[in-house]
Amino acid sequence: MTTTSEPGGRPSPALRTEALEQLLTERGLIDPKAINEIVTTYETNVGPLNGARVVARAWTDPQYRQRLLEDGTAAIKELGFSGRQGEHIVVVENTATSHNVVVCTLCSCYPWPVLGLPPSWYKDPAYRARMVREPRTVLAEMGLRLAGDVHITVRDSTSEVRWLVLPERPAGTEHLTEEELVPLVSRDAMVGVAKVAAP
Amino acid sequence: MTAPLDIEGPAAPPRSNGELVFSEPWESRAFGMAVSLSEAGAFAWPEFQAALIARIGAWESAAHGEPWNYYQLWLAALEDVLAGLSAVSAAEITARAQALAQRPPGHDHAGEHDHPH
Repeated sequence: MTTTSEPGGRPSPALRTEALEQLLTERGLIDPKAINEIVTTYETNVGPLNGARVVARAWTDPQYRQRLLEDGTAAIKELGFSGRQGEHIVVVENTATSHNVVVCTLCSCYPWPVLGLPPSWYKDPAYRARMVREPRTVLAEMGLRLAGDVHITVRDSTSEVRWLVLPERPAGTEHLTEEELVPLVSRDAMVGVAKVAAP
Repeated sequence: MTAPLDIEGPAAPPRSNGELVFSEPWESRAFGMAVSLSEAGAFAWPEFQAALIARIGAWESAAHGEPWNYYQLWLAALEDVLAGLSAVSAAEITARAQALAQRPPGHDHAGEHDHPH
């Protein structure tokens, strides 16, 4: 139910949202059915599985990998993933000695077509502020301990550049096919806060 | 769901990937409204994004009286942009929300937009 107000009589965000949707619908500015469609898309269809397919292809097809690193948006579109917030995706590769991690310091820029909508920790003020200042510490807190000689680059996503990490293919997966690799690739690895582990 | 999404594990679709995309239904409506309005040409996405950055920046420079809630700032940014376009004012939203709060429990949701007061 959304019939509650916050203390002090200020309408709750749920009520304000409902009110706004009514007003915009009455004025012909939105169609609630279109909103349903957008919401369903991001709740069920567009998510990190798309990015995992991109990564698995890059791991198994050197020419695709090259194209992906040269023009992320175009190479990602080859696999059928494009659209909202998919412009200007730049892919950077993590290796044994060089690690990239992605943050959006100002808001929540994120490559929707390949990762879906960002998780709450990505939008959190502490993550956004601290990842820039002390990436090694924050990564360790998130469970990724990197050796002292691994160079870390923090990539700040904006509307002009949305970063996607191509994680390192784990040792011991040489015999796996592209399809078998897909389920190993996590969202966190494609943001750079985790590595991909062999099964 | 139209596309086959039968993969399990860390690359599974959003719902099974650790957390729900939206924690409350209103968040999804606020999200969908901004995307839909921008695609209909009511405003360009960078305008909304600038408003969101401003709202987040204001929260961060305030004394943190309000708990962090990303979609509340998203909604406020959307209201800012719409007010700037004279499409919907904050006062209109407040008045309608207050009218909605007066609904008796168990009221019929079926497409009625009347507000008795």
